[in-house]
Amino acid sequence: MERAARRDGLELGDGSRVAVIGAGPAGSLFAYFLLEMAGRVDVPLELDLWEPKGTFATPGPAGCNMCGGIVSETLVQNLAVEGINLSSKVVQRGIDSYVLHTDVGSARIATPLQEARIGALHRGAGPKDVKDPRWESFDHHLQARALARGARLVATRVEEIAREPDGRPRLGGKDGTARTYDLCVAAVGVNSPLLRQLEALGIGYAKPRVTRTAIREYHLGQEVISRTLGSSMHVFLLDVPRLEFAAAIPKGDYVTVAVLGEDIDNELVDRFLASPEVRRCMPPEWRLEQRSCQCMPNISVQAVEKPFADRFLFIGDCGVTRLYKDGIGAAYRTAKAAARAALFHGISEEAFRRRFQPVCRAIAGDNRVGKLAFQATRVARGFRFLRAGMLRMVTDEQRRPGARPRMSGVLWDMFSGSAPYADILARMLRPAFLGRFLWSTLLSLWPRRRTPALTEAP
Amino acid sequence: MIGELGRSYRDGEVVCRQGDPGDCLFVIQEGELEVVREEEGQETLLRVAGKDELLGEMAIFYRQARSATVRARGPARVLTLDKRNFLKRIDEDPSLAFRIVETMSRRVRELSTQVVELRRALAARGG
Repeated sequence: MERAARRDGLELGDGSRVAVIGAGPAGSLFAYFLLEMAGRVDVPLELDLWEPKGTFATPGPAGCNMCGGIVSETLVQNLAVEGINLSSKVVQRGIDSYVLHTDVGSARIATPLQEARIGALHRGAGPKDVKDPRWESFDHHLQARALARGARLVATRVEEIAREPDGRPRLGGKDGTARTYDLCVAAVGVNSPLLRQLEALGIGYAKPRVTRTAIREYHLGQEVISRTLGSSMHVFLLDVPRLEFAAAIPKGDYVTVAVLGEDIDNELVDRFLASPEVRRCMPPEWRLEQRSCQCMPNISVQAVEKPFADRFLFIGDCGVTRLYKDGIGAAYRTAKAAARAALFHGISEEAFRRRFQPVCRAIAGDNRVGKLAFQATRVARGFRFLRAGMLRMVTDEQRRPGARPRMSGVLWDMFSGSAPYADILARMLRPAFLGRFLWSTLLSLWPRRRTPALTEAP
Repeated sequence: MIGELGRSYRDGEVVCRQGDPGDCLFVIQEGELEVVREEEGQETLLRVAGKDELLGEMAIFYRQARSATVRARGPARVLTLDKRNFLKRIDEDPSLAFRIVETMSRRVRELSTQVVELRRALAARGG
């Protein structure tokens, strides 16, 4: 079938034209890998990177891609192997630990190697009140790598997507640019209005199911953040109705607060931020109403069934991404798989089904397991004695040198998105884990005087 | 710098020691590392590696202990890569091994040059 597709011209060859819509991590990494691999096999390609935000140089919504801004431990390592080392010009704070906050206390979970391997950064140029940007935007950093490989930036909004009679994609831009391509790669977010146009093309694409999240930025200054939140990501498991998960991510001069839950609105975000657990870890001078900016973007919660068609690919959030965590990691995986498939196996639907879909299926399958893992966390979050048991187990593991980090490891990987959900759930179901959790829960019910202090300063 | 990833090492601090189990790789983020072989109480400097270089890649292929000691030459910052994570990724994306192959090819080339230089030096001494 792949051979037949090649006979029909459904492959990339010398001078083929490729359009990538969106220069976020998925789009820029796709462009980077495609051009790098094409260079290795001496196939010159023309690649246009369409991005209305240009080089992401403008602070605020004009240059922002609405994201918590965490590069997971796994992704930091994978990018390093690819030769993409993230320097302190991009990474605003290296995260070396997590602090779990509950109503029964807090516990610090250190990285297994005592090493900062998680990057906290801004995808764009930062919140709208940034006056003197000191860090490079992550999206710009990746885009610059793609441009250095020969991609051409088309800094305008795609307003029209159509197909020529021979099936080739045609893009029309707001500035009047119009071009026909051999392959079109959609790497847009789930908030993009372009998704409707892509659905209307009749190529079998249906946009993913989404849920709303809230992201707020607070300017506290580097010194205050280092003194209070430190280099730890602060994660909150609170029994607040409609609240699924929330985190405070310290960056350079800002703290990003990300809130996930059902029917997220300002009232829920304010109620969470006003909780004593949040107030305890934020500096005393912090005021929840003094935010620098806020957005309520949608995030994908269900993968697209068929993120490909003849001459079309959907990567990153508009295709298949990880549930709640490590969306940038999923963008990397789908972008690279897409580039390999397109260059080495053709641009037909069949080639993508055989060479690109397995990676998408692996992510989507793991998300289904992830839903179970989050369900288990939800149960534990709903009962005070289980929260206390969880915290007790973490505290014990972190205190005793050489102790097996069963709960710490599970929570670390859940929060950081560093391991597949299937691995995490398998560890949660091990008899040793369940037995230890039961024991810790029983101990936490013991009278206070016989229980070690659970709270640990961040 | 608060945005630095990896772990800081002082001048002379050991990153991994000859004989240790090889269960990870290293990528130099800042500074330089020197690779030394210890034999019969004597140290031989094998090479000096700089920023962005990958070290310890032999751990990927062999279950053997480290063949040399790696330590900081001046202050350095090093990112550790887990062998297990790396091998899992290679299973999904074999092209990820390309950089390892590239690194090893470069080393073979460097070693070939050194062999030629050593032979010339020996010949000059009449060896």
